[in-house]
Amino acid sequence: MRSASRILSLTVLGFALLAIGLGISSPAQAGDVPLPNPAKAFKGEQCVEPNDVMRRNHFEFLKHQRDETLREGIRGQKYSLNDCVDCHAVKSPDVAGGKVRTLKPFCKECHDYAAVSIDCFACHTGAAVPGIGKQSALPSNHDVTNAIAALEKHLGKGADQ
Amino acid sequence: MTDKSMNSVDKARRNLLKGGAAAAVVTLAPGVTLQTVQAAVTGPATSAKRWGMLVDANAPEGVWDLAVEACKAEQGWGKTENVNQATDPQWIRKVSIKDPKTGAKATLPVMCQHCAKPPCVDVCPTGASMKRADGIVLVDKHICIGCRFCMMACPYSCRSFVHEDVRGQKPHMPRGKGTVEACTMCVHRVDKGQKPACVDAVNAAGSNAIIFGDLNDPNSDIARAVSKFVTQRIRSDLGVEPGIHYRGI
Repeated sequence: MRSASRILSLTVLGFALLAIGLGISSPAQAGDVPLPNPAKAFKGEQCVEPNDVMRRNHFEFLKHQRDETLREGIRGQKYSLNDCVDCHAVKSPDVAGGKVRTLKPFCKECHDYAAVSIDCFACHTGAAVPGIGKQSALPSNHDVTNAIAALEKHLGKGADQ
Repeated sequence: MTDKSMNSVDKARRNLLKGGAAAAVVTLAPGVTLQTVQAAVTGPATSAKRWGMLVDANAPEGVWDLAVEACKAEQGWGKTENVNQATDPQWIRKVSIKDPKTGAKATLPVMCQHCAKPPCVDVCPTGASMKRADGIVLVDKHICIGCRFCMMACPYSCRSFVHEDVRGQKPHMPRGKGTVEACTMCVHRVDKGQKPACVDAVNAAGSNAIIFGDLNDPNSDIARAVSKFVTQRIRSDLGVEPGIHYRGI
């Protein structure tokens, strides 16, 4: 038993040293791979959280809420994959020949960069359908949308504020 | 201020704090706003309710085809392309039975029976097979590993394994290869206050062959019907206490 625990502790130490070594010897080379450039939201001006929060935590939001929705039956909360689709689904030649708006190209942009492989889209289509999310109450091509955008621009309230 | 109104205020405050009841408001100009959407948080499901159905097996056989087709259309299963007919998923089936002694026949739909003591939940090694507080039995496909223990355990053979790639899923019902699925009692509709798709389809044809409702509410249609007629649950000897009741079998 004692030798087994010693081997275990040595292994842990080895991994720790390896991690430190990697950290020192190969810092992230930002110039090597082009930075991701996801498409701007199809609808809406501001996401449910600030952009930096969404970039770091979107998966936590989605995972937490999916459990509450499925297991406890709590619906209509702030974070929703369908709402992601509603605003961020874009047309891409990679998906269905560019005929439908889907979420895949938007997610792929950063997930490819970060080498993240998740299988949401094995079950969720990510395809936009009318009325899928809260933003759908106001169609993107609605006259009012342009009027609001023009007015906001006029009042100096850009998308970043 | 009475206690009751205090409670409603507290509830509204809680919803507001959770960010659920907050409406998206666009400011057009100072003092002029456009309210785009009113989203409200619903749930959680509570054990005060016990969703169930009462199926009348004496109804004309044709209504069950309507129910099956409505289920396919609502949930997106039952497509014929890219499917092996021997192993295709079946969420609800039309079953014909005959008593060999008397020759009496009946046709009835059989789907997940939404047991109060579901054997599929007992055997699941990951916790994917689960029962909601209101009695609806579901598969959490996020953590289903496709072991199919639940299919072995189900006394009603009501669960299906998805063998093939799935395309064109509905936004409310994600489905994927390698997971187990079954009737959800249209949980996405029930949570909105609607009836399951099969019940709506049967009702739309002018039939009352399936009654859906809260078995715990003595004033609901189903509770009154269950107290009025002699009903039966399939394999009630197993003691799993299904939420689906039948008449005429």
